[in-house]
Amino acid sequence: PLAERRLRDVRLGELPTWLATRDFSPQGLLGGVQKAWNGYCNKYINVRKGGAAGVSMLLAGYCILSYGWSYQHISKISFLMSY
Amino acid sequence: VLHVVRPIHTSQQRSAPVPPLPEKGGEVRHGLIPEEFFQFLYPKTGVTGPYMLGTGLLLYFLSKEIYVVNHETVAAACILSVIIYGIKKYGADVAAFADKLNEEKIAKVTDIKNNAIKDLEAAIEQEKKEQWRAEGRSYLFDAKRNNIAMLLEANYRERLLTVYNEVKKRLDYQVAMQNLKHQKEQDHMIQWVEKNVVQSITPQQQKESIAKCISDLKALSKSAQVAV
Repeated sequence: PLAERRLRDVRLGELPTWLATRDFSPQGLLGGVQKAWNGYCNKYINVRKGGAAGVSMLLAGYCILSYGWSYQHISKISFLMSY
Repeated sequence: VLHVVRPIHTSQQRSAPVPPLPEKGGEVRHGLIPEEFFQFLYPKTGVTGPYMLGTGLLLYFLSKEIYVVNHETVAAACILSVIIYGIKKYGADVAAFADKLNEEKIAKVTDIKNNAIKDLEAAIEQEKKEQWRAEGRSYLFDAKRNNIAMLLEANYRERLLTVYNEVKKRLDYQVAMQNLKHQKEQDHMIQWVEKNVVQSITPQQQKESIAKCISDLKALSKSAQVAV
């Protein structure tokens, strides 16, 4: 059953059909985001002996995301030259 | 009110008792990259695959200026080094402290749970004892019945005695009355007879009897003198 397999079990040729079966409505997307967040929490945060890894991955992701958002501003030569 | 017929409690998972938390989180290498990534690349590239990939990507970003080196890079390097130094030095202590806090919380709650269990078990013991006691209620009722019977018997006998005494008193009274009457009649008759007898003794008879007595006494005295 193609629709119930996860992304990592889907072959490359079946990708378009698999994408077609996914639910892209707002509720579907929100549900997907919620499931992903819950999975992440249960794996790295809601454990007996958590470590620095759980929150550091979130911070690293935030760093990379904010770098991506401000790349246009950082790469301008005027910004580079003013420091 | 639930009118719709809907199957409930059909999933195998149960919420209570809550399954315990896993001991350790997912493995993460260098604090940033989950172990699954390394396992994903292992069959194709062996152990050094991800590191090669990381080095290649880093050089590519640097050379193509996708990652720009400016003052922020220096600042980030300083901050990261301080953070990593802090974690490496004090990580174990902080972890032990947090574990201690957790342990205290869990100990308090398990104490409450154990106390509750003990109280409930004691209550169960008490209940069983009460049930055992309740079984002996037949003996209790027998004893009570005996008590009541004895009280009734004692009362009955008391009243019987009272009745007997009362009846005896009345009969004694009647007997005493009869005796008294008899005695009074006797006394009266004796008195009347004496009175009549005394009245009937005329003076003349009195003189004759006195003279006879004197002569008798003289004869007696003579016989007594002779005897001596």
